[in-house]
Amino acid sequence: MKDFDARGIPHTTPRQSATFSQDINSDIRRAAATGIYDIRGGGAKRKVPHFDDLLFLGASISRYPLEGYREKCETSVTLGTRFAENPIELDIPITIAGMSFGALSGPAKEALGRGANAAGTSTTTGDGGMTPEERGHSSKLVYQYLPSRYGMNPDDLRKADAIEIVVGQGAKPGGGGMLLGQKISDRVAEMRNLPKGIDQRSSCRHPDWTGPDDLEIKILELREITNWKVPIYVKVAGARPYFDTTLAVKAGADVVVLDGMQGGTAATQDVFIEHVGQPTLACIRPAVQALQDLGMHREVQLVISGGIRSGADVAKAMALGADAVAIGTAALIALGDNDPKWEAEYNELGTTAGAYDDWHEGQDPAGITTQDPELMKRFDPVEGGRRLKNYLKVMTLEAQTIARACGKNHLHNLEPEDLCAVTMEAAAMAQVPLAGTNWYPGKPGSGY
Amino acid sequence: MQTFDLEAEGLRKLNAQLHAQSADTNQTVWDIINPKGSHAIAVGLDAPIEVNVRGSTGYYCAGMNKQATVHIHGSAGPGTAENMMSGKVIVEGDASQYAGATGHGGTLIIKGNASSRCGISMKGIDIIVHGNIGHMSAFMAQSGNIVVLGDAGDALGDSCYEARFFVRGSVKSLGADCIEKEMRPEHIAMLEELLKRGECDAKPEEFKRYGSARKLYNFDVDNAGAY
Ligand SMILES: Cc1cc2nc3c(=O)[nH]c(=O)nc-3n(C[C@H](O)[C@H](O)[C@H](O)COP(=O)(O)O)c2cc1C
Repeated sequence: MKDFDARGIPHTTPRQSATFSQDINSDIRRAAATGIYDIRGGGAKRKVPHFDDLLFLGASISRYPLEGYREKCETSVTLGTRFAENPIELDIPITIAGMSFGALSGPAKEALGRGANAAGTSTTTGDGGMTPEERGHSSKLVYQYLPSRYGMNPDDLRKADAIEIVVGQGAKPGGGGMLLGQKISDRVAEMRNLPKGIDQRSSCRHPDWTGPDDLEIKILELREITNWKVPIYVKVAGARPYFDTTLAVKAGADVVVLDGMQGGTAATQDVFIEHVGQPTLACIRPAVQALQDLGMHREVQLVISGGIRSGADVAKAMALGADAVAIGTAALIALGDNDPKWEAEYNELGTTAGAYDDWHEGQDPAGITTQDPELMKRFDPVEGGRRLKNYLKVMTLEAQTIARACGKNHLHNLEPEDLCAVTMEAAAMAQVPLAGTNWYPGKPGSGY
Repeated sequence: MQTFDLEAEGLRKLNAQLHAQSADTNQTVWDIINPKGSHAIAVGLDAPIEVNVRGSTGYYCAGMNKQATVHIHGSAGPGTAENMMSGKVIVEGDASQYAGATGHGGTLIIKGNASSRCGISMKGIDIIVHGNIGHMSAFMAQSGNIVVLGDAGDALGDSCYEARFFVRGSVKSLGADCIEKEMRPEHIAMLEELLKRGECDAKPEEFKRYGSARKLYNFDVDNAGAY
């Protein structure tokens, strides 16, 4: 580009608009070309205050640390101690979140089971029901009870180690699911009692109950059917965490699963993923507050999900009061999704490794979010399981490292006092002091 | 016959005893007295037994039923026979909302009227209603049959898939993508069997058939207004 125009007047530097960015303009062009909103998988991609905005203080003179590798730092957690005869005992507080068969291939579900088993944790079914692969390979399997009830049957319900009533998902609070025709293979269609190749919409509301009073009766029914043996979780999106947690506990939940807006999904509208729901970080303290106000913190366990990636995230969620966390997207990446080794094929699909999110289209080069038999062959469930186990172990070791540094002999002993925040927003959301101060916005008595 | 006083002995004991019945049980007939509108009566059964409930029931009576026959000698609350897999549930009175919701199989017979959302998301169950059914019935119904001897309320079969609806009386309105369809000989034969099973005094020829136009099966921007 020339610096001057024909008359010798200098050009100004071409300037992209922050409002009409290249990203936004490409959205507008896509909408103009198709007439339909963009559907994709994954979670919110926008930047929101997150665990990265918190830091641990570590030990000093006022607190002494524990010796790495020598002094014990426990990681076990028991979920469902409130009413269930057989609560779920996990070696590590990191569980595998519900991901549907249909969205994921059978071998991918198998790998999740293998990895979770080896690491001593649970997996979760998803929309579309329970497959023999995942029941067979998961020693602790949580059965989701979803609005669509695709594949829901009492035999599988009775085979489950826990039941998770899904009210909402962080990626789409108030929204239902979507599985496009390309992914409806014979097997998926049969499990869901629907014709092959049609777009399947999962409802956003349960068909036979609405509101907290009904939920209490629904929980009673599920307990009666399973003879009060297994825990009943209630999964809610990060919408109104204080009230949703309160109502779930009042309705009789053993465990509340709270999924913030960064939480992944198999497929929904991009506008939903990016614009509805609260960041995970903002949801934890109100939920813990609700449990404390009811005298139920640690009686009803709180599982946090939505953007958990590392042992540091696990430790931070637990320090803010969670009993455990769940991972979806990170587990898929550990299995090999979005791996740069498939870059050429991602490019063919108009994307790049790390950004690939058209999981609903069933063309996943990594063979994980697909029902295409050829692509599925690329994925080895044994190797995938091993990778997931390694990743879960690393996260656990990382969380233990931090906990020991804070002088804690159990991850559950981490507390908000171990944290500070590096931004005002994170300080306000997590209710921990802004680094270098003893203050956070909204601190009682601070006048702000 | 076993008589069980629900008020005196409690729900937990009732369901535990019913669940303990195996396929070759001798205790094949149960009479439940004093149900008094309790919720979750006789849920999750899985044996070829006959359970008579002497009175009205609350939410989810006979929920997820397999094999058993549950006969409610009264009216039934919301979600009766929800997600039934097989067997038979008979309601002598009226049924509240979501009767037979998401049912995969078996037969639900309602001698009175059924309220709104009857057969919502049904996946193979047959529902036979002697009276009328309320609005939004068979919403997203996937498969199975609904037979209505009376009238249907607003938005029958909205966004339905392969389920069939046979209505003798009027239909206040049809939901998105639900249309009237031709009654071919195979439908007459099918309906004849359903009417017999449902203990109905009616002729197949008196009914009209409704079902999916299959226009919303794959997203098409020109139909966007209908979603
Ligand atoms: C591929 C995929 C499929 C999912 N399917 C379901 C589902 O069937 N039911 C559900 O409740 N949540 C589903 N989720 C959401 C997860 O259970 C979980 O809430 C979320 O992934 C957690 O956030 P993270 O992905 O940042 O770890 C799915 C997520 C992904 C990535």
